[in-house]
Amino acid sequence: MNQPLAPPPGMNKVFDKPELLLRTEHSLCPGCGEPIALRLMLELIQELGVRDRTICVAGIGCYTAFPMIMDVDVLQALHGRAPSVATGAKRVRPDAFVFTMQGDGDMVSEGLQEVIHSAARGERFTAVVLNNGVFGETGGHATATTVLGQHTKTTPGGRNLELHGNPIKISELIAQLDGTAYVARASVHTPSSIKLTRQYLHDAFQCQLAGRGFSFVEILTMCPTDWFVPPEAGPGWLAEHLKTTYPVGVLKDQATNA
Amino acid sequence: MRATVTIDIETCKGCVLCVPVCPPRVLVMSEAVNTKGYRYPLLLDGCTGCELCAKVCPDYCFEVYREPLEERRAGGEAMST
Amino acid sequence: MSRRVLMEGSCAMAEGALQAGCRFYAGYPITPSTEILEYMAVRMPQVGGVCMNAESEIEAIGMVWGAAGCGVRSMIASTGQGISLMQESFAELANAQIPIVAVNMGRGQGDYFQATRGGGHGDYRFMVLAPSSAQEAVDLIQEAFYLADKWRNPVLIMGDFLLAHTSELVEFRPRAEPELPPKTWATTGAKGRRGLTLSPLGPSEKLSTDIAAALGKVTEKHPAIKAAEVRVDSGWVDDADLVVIAFGFPGRFVKYAVRLAREHGLRVGYVRPISLWPFPSAAIADAAQRAKALAVFELNAGQMIEDVQLAALGRVPLHAIGGISQDHSGFGVGPALTVENILARIRDVYPRAAA
Repeated sequence: MNQPLAPPPGMNKVFDKPELLLRTEHSLCPGCGEPIALRLMLELIQELGVRDRTICVAGIGCYTAFPMIMDVDVLQALHGRAPSVATGAKRVRPDAFVFTMQGDGDMVSEGLQEVIHSAARGERFTAVVLNNGVFGETGGHATATTVLGQHTKTTPGGRNLELHGNPIKISELIAQLDGTAYVARASVHTPSSIKLTRQYLHDAFQCQLAGRGFSFVEILTMCPTDWFVPPEAGPGWLAEHLKTTYPVGVLKDQATNA
Repeated sequence: MRATVTIDIETCKGCVLCVPVCPPRVLVMSEAVNTKGYRYPLLLDGCTGCELCAKVCPDYCFEVYREPLEERRAGGEAMST
Repeated sequence: MSRRVLMEGSCAMAEGALQAGCRFYAGYPITPSTEILEYMAVRMPQVGGVCMNAESEIEAIGMVWGAAGCGVRSMIASTGQGISLMQESFAELANAQIPIVAVNMGRGQGDYFQATRGGGHGDYRFMVLAPSSAQEAVDLIQEAFYLADKWRNPVLIMGDFLLAHTSELVEFRPRAEPELPPKTWATTGAKGRRGLTLSPLGPSEKLSTDIAAALGKVTEKHPAIKAAEVRVDSGWVDDADLVVIAFGFPGRFVKYAVRLAREHGLRVGYVRPISLWPFPSAAIADAAQRAKALAVFELNAGQMIEDVQLAALGRVPLHAIGGISQDHSGFGVGPALTVENILARIRDVYPRAAA
């Protein structure tokens, strides 16, 4: 439970938790990157003035703990199924601001078909995937984005090319489809990367608000628990293993013909 | 002092992500633990109010405060954002 | 001014849905439900709604979930296999208490268990209505949207190949619907209020973890639905020695055969469940008390007969006089579905012994 903390007299508060965050306590692990991404999304929703028409379609993963602390309408979908639910929502409420919040296991394993079809159809919502290369909620199992050499409970000894095949670079796959208007990959492992994530999310949200079409942001996040490293080693692990497979940057931007 | 942070030590989960990102190195982890059993950061003197700790914290433990610009100017200190 | 028009069953149902205010449809082509999708593709935009030809059944039901979750009357149709694919979503959206109307244009009548036992995981139930004519299908589908909204529970219309493809005269009658409360549970954007969550996993209030209370609501309404929403058609039961039970289009064949049997001096009656869930157990129990034997005619290996058995409680002999019946098309319209065959089977099991 949070006690109100006495503000220092005569000083301006320059940083506070997001207005749309109903409570700081959540059940995610020490050093998890997902709450950092959540903070950015909530700040942007507030800043862009779209809270009153936001519908977040949440997938199933550790982040499923977030809807109860987000002061926006959340439509909870099944594992992998957020894109079709978001399609229905945005089609009947085209003025709503609709975005999905999914993990890599949710979107790229279970729900690969759904996100590809939604992107190909150019559905006018924003898909956000929190990629930590592992099924976090179930305790550390391989997903379609687990990188080669990564140890998980279903790739003991490390993901092996012959046994487990290659990971899927979902942003590159989505960017190839005609009708996708904005595709970017970011990460939250350093302050500067967090700043870039905020910019990409902003541009993706703006893409929807400007009616340009399907927008997509992949956010690499730390999962020290299921990377089997201490929390403070999360950012370094991400830089060394995840970011090397998944380069960050803007892959596609119709607004600038990137 | 020109800036400071408040730290919600009971919400902290001791992940230590804040300590290495602090440019003036004014965050150190405690020896004591909170009621959840986690060590938490303590603030030394010299905070610049850069907000990096707050931005990397997954548990929203930090609030950042800075002296208003006018007072700093009046006090003759070097300007910074 | 209402008038009767000649329409194929599928198209009539789709039009009925539109007139009941359905403004979102998603589907996947699969025989014999495809005509509903085709009809909606043309008519939905005309009424300002949305029709999606989804890339899979699972995506189609997801889209319906999203639209219905935002408070729009939404519908999906398929056949048994497609309905099988949708079961996880069916179960979970029922747990979220999202109202939808689903249509199963079945191949034969082998989807009775799937429809009435849930089909998916958990304790939810769909309300199931089985029309036996195009007009009844139009009336029931319109009522289905009302019932779904009233109970915040999905409703499934059980149809079949004959219903889909038989053209009959239908009339679209304006319905006087009792007023329903506004859909304050829907995700419409949190203007003027705190955000809400619409979820199969727990409560809609933020910060609440009272999962038991939230999920309890899914099944707590079952007794009330059972008390209020039974629908049944029956005839010649009062003095019948044999009562034949059948649902759907075959129920119409049975009614005809029973009339013929009466003309031949056999004291036969019929009970045609219109609501398959809640099942009209009281009507069956009543028939079991009056008659000397019951018979069930269904085009499957024996599914509704179990509900009849439960309702009759072994009071009188119970005969299965239907069965799986296929023609070369594989769509379940086989040689058993003729009045002659049904009459012959009635004669086979007609009780000869004196009371």
